[in-house]
Amino acid sequence: MTRVNVTVDGVGYTDEVEPRLLLVQYLRERLGKVGTVIGCDTSNCGACTVLLNGKSVKSCSVLAVQTDGGEVVTVEGLANADGSLHPVQQAFHDKHALQCGFCTPGMMMAACDLLRENPNPSEAEVREGIEGNLCRCTGYQNIVAAVQAAGAAMSGGAASGEASA
Amino acid sequence: MTATDDRPATTPAPEIGQARKRKEDQHLITGRTTWTDNMTLPGMVHLAILRSPMAHATISNIDVSGALSRPGVIAAYSGQDFADTQGVIPCAWPVTPDMVNPGHPSLAVSQVNHVGEAVAVVVARDKASAQDALEAIEIDYEPLPVVLDMEAAVADGADLVHGHTSSNRSYTWAFESGAAGTGAPIDEVLGAAEVTVKRRFIQQRLIPAFMEPRSTVVQPIGEGFTMWSATQVPHILRTMLALTLGVAEHKVRVIAPDVGGGFGGKLQVTPEEVITTLVARKLGKPAKYTESRSESLMSAHHGRDQIQDITITAQRDGTVTGLDVHLYADMGAYLRLVSPGVPVLGAFMYNSIYKFQAYRFVCEGVFTNKTPTDAYRGAGRPEATFAIERIMTELADELGMDPMELRRKNWIKHEEFPFTSVCGLTYDSGNYEAATDRALELIGWDELRAEQAQRRESKDPVQLGLGISTFTEMCGLAPSRVLGSLDYAAGGWENAAIRVLATGKVEVVTGASAHGQGHETAWSQIVADQLGVPFEDIEIIHGDTQSSPKGLDTYGSRSLVVGAIAVVKAAEKVVAKARRIAAHMLEANEDDLDFAGGTFKVRGVPGEGKSIQEIAFATFAAHDLPDGMEPSLDADATYDPENFSFPHGTHLCAIDIDTETGHAKIRKYVCVDDIGHVINPLIVDGQVHGGLAQGIAQALYEEAIYDEDGNLTTGTFVDYLLPSAADLPSFTTDRTVSPSTSNPLGVKGVGEAGTIASTPAVVNAIVDALRPWGINDIQMPCTPERVWRAINEGAEHSERDPSGTVAYGGASTSTSDGTYAEGDQL
Repeated sequence: MTRVNVTVDGVGYTDEVEPRLLLVQYLRERLGKVGTVIGCDTSNCGACTVLLNGKSVKSCSVLAVQTDGGEVVTVEGLANADGSLHPVQQAFHDKHALQCGFCTPGMMMAACDLLRENPNPSEAEVREGIEGNLCRCTGYQNIVAAVQAAGAAMSGGAASGEASA
Repeated sequence: MTATDDRPATTPAPEIGQARKRKEDQHLITGRTTWTDNMTLPGMVHLAILRSPMAHATISNIDVSGALSRPGVIAAYSGQDFADTQGVIPCAWPVTPDMVNPGHPSLAVSQVNHVGEAVAVVVARDKASAQDALEAIEIDYEPLPVVLDMEAAVADGADLVHGHTSSNRSYTWAFESGAAGTGAPIDEVLGAAEVTVKRRFIQQRLIPAFMEPRSTVVQPIGEGFTMWSATQVPHILRTMLALTLGVAEHKVRVIAPDVGGGFGGKLQVTPEEVITTLVARKLGKPAKYTESRSESLMSAHHGRDQIQDITITAQRDGTVTGLDVHLYADMGAYLRLVSPGVPVLGAFMYNSIYKFQAYRFVCEGVFTNKTPTDAYRGAGRPEATFAIERIMTELADELGMDPMELRRKNWIKHEEFPFTSVCGLTYDSGNYEAATDRALELIGWDELRAEQAQRRESKDPVQLGLGISTFTEMCGLAPSRVLGSLDYAAGGWENAAIRVLATGKVEVVTGASAHGQGHETAWSQIVADQLGVPFEDIEIIHGDTQSSPKGLDTYGSRSLVVGAIAVVKAAEKVVAKARRIAAHMLEANEDDLDFAGGTFKVRGVPGEGKSIQEIAFATFAAHDLPDGMEPSLDADATYDPENFSFPHGTHLCAIDIDTETGHAKIRKYVCVDDIGHVINPLIVDGQVHGGLAQGIAQALYEEAIYDEDGNLTTGTFVDYLLPSAADLPSFTTDRTVSPSTSNPLGVKGVGEAGTIASTPAVVNAIVDALRPWGINDIQMPCTPERVWRAINEGAEHSERDPSGTVAYGGASTSTSDGTYAEGDQL
């Protein structure tokens, strides 16, 4: 067992974990953070994507012990403290960018990181930027539109993502 | 189109037709989800399943005792432990009286018949401990000959998948228009043909690949149990589990919580659901099994996998006359819930929108040592649409006609509806001219044709191809009497109930079980219009056999066309009850009341009238109701459709082919679908987009490949190529509206349209680009390798070599399609 100190969605945790324990298993099985899901076993689908120290990682490809001293944000920590939605969440709702919703947590976290690096991506840049996240329902068209809309909202270019509720 | 959250402040516009944002989204975008694998119950144990590495073998010895000494392991079982209690996985569709069903144990007892078949289960305090202990199970296999190729499997003297059967043929199902009295005798028409074109098309094996892996939790309760499962069909599952396990149906409760996609792949009674139930009941503890993606790809049922031999005949002027279809359909190793019925469901769609004099369809269901096949989005209809839209294009080429002109010449004209097809189905409505004209305009067809000619002329390394698919499908499964005539074990009705609460809020119970389709939003829009209550005041209850006790679930584009019509019928009953109470309250005759916007008013009399909410409270109080009337507005309805619905559309694809690399890139994809009236255009567009992605993926990317030993070499997402955002274009979607006349909403269904229509549009475009090379087919998926080989070596070398996949280590051949030969034109 190895000790890990990590902040997840603003809460600090100290746990003894098996060195082999994956971050996604730690989140789901130890912390009850089941909003982050497992979609594959080869790090292809991206459903488990979270932010680790501000950058997107596939939490099935990170060991829990590797997050020691770090900060993790999951889909459960994406909304504001008052419950209002993050612009990416709002845009996914507005643009019908989800159907079954299983890929959505990872897709949104990947989108957050994409928009951090490129606040105003073109359609092609969004498609390239999220190609590590698979969706089986939407054909991606509305996801691409949502990511672009969220980018515009976050950079103040268009109506605020929180405008309608 | 603008999506709206807010209800207009003035008199309500109809909810139907508005692009309402989904009610379902809030918990999905915030991670407050209820996926089955999220569940933890006190005392829960976890299962890991050992799966066969052999495609075909006798189990000569199995010893699970080694696993018991591993840390945290509570129990371990082989198939022998459950041989007397596990029953067999049910097959609800015996398509012929003499169909051979070899029986499908959940846990193999003495023989394994495909790689990935469950052979033993370990139960532990946590998943990792169970998984670790699998390696301690000792098992000896005696290999048997592996049967993979369908044509070899039905040849005389073939090795048998199931030794106790007399052949690998499960059934032969046939339809012939002369015998059925729905058209001319096929042999006469074929014999008199002026032009005949024959082709063999390969429908490669596909994997539904829903994003949420299957998961099941079972809690034993008294004599029965509660199951949570990632299923499309909680009601069917409940009935089938009761029958399979001998537990009384009223002691079984099945819950489908949030379900992460299905596409037919979760229309099943799975071995894993049975195994989890057996373990939970044996130990008297709640148990959970969640599959890994690799387990899912090799053991959840697959789709398609057919060899299609198609003959079309025509007069020299292009008038089609006869269509002759022969299929080999790979059942895999066993028959699952509707395995045999899937290809048969396509039987009535090969003739599509065209007016044939005669038609024959013969399907042979064949056993092989592969994962069983069953429903996958479209289920029979994509195969039919692919075959007819490909062969019509080849016929046009043979005749020297424009492929769209050939279609126009032969399709059912708008003024000819209702039209009874050569299969005997009555198409109620359609307008193929309007959809086609709109699609041609949107894509700029003539300009693209001109560019194509220019690129051919200049021998541009990037060639342009244009593909057409003018499709129809049959949706709204299904009129029960039709299902009965096809020997399906159940009916095709759907149930709904509406409960009006004291405060005027409304609960709608539906038997349709959504897993991404947006029923909560669409049903709310429908009920809002029916009852005149606000969209927000309606709650949709589904997916739990205790709270929604009757239903036949969601598949086959049936939810709106059947399930929502049941909702409408229930709403009509509620309004009828409310009308009686309103008349009493207003001291008027029922016949003198108008009902609009949720309020009853006396016709011609000014005044406020009585709102449905006022009537609801008066009914709750029950102080003063009409004599003999029970104090309830609630009503339920069970709706059995009289006919299918027939969505149609025209899909056009423009594709660039790099002739130096073989890479095909869709430049533009336009579809104009006619799905009748639209409840929510936002949801409809989403359904079409996702459907297109799956149909295009069959054309370009996806294939489940087995090596010569029966190993699935595409058993991970590394090798089974789901398209990413970077692999797909933006689609241009539009609609024409020819309302269905078979149901009161005029709706037709949209869940499968994109998948059914798009595959042949893409392949026709690729073939169109490559005609100058004398190429008239590329086998799917049309990978760069296959396209390049067709250009450089001829199409007979266009098969994909499985040794190129990452998961595969050695040389091999693709035996699932090894018999493919170039079609010959007569």
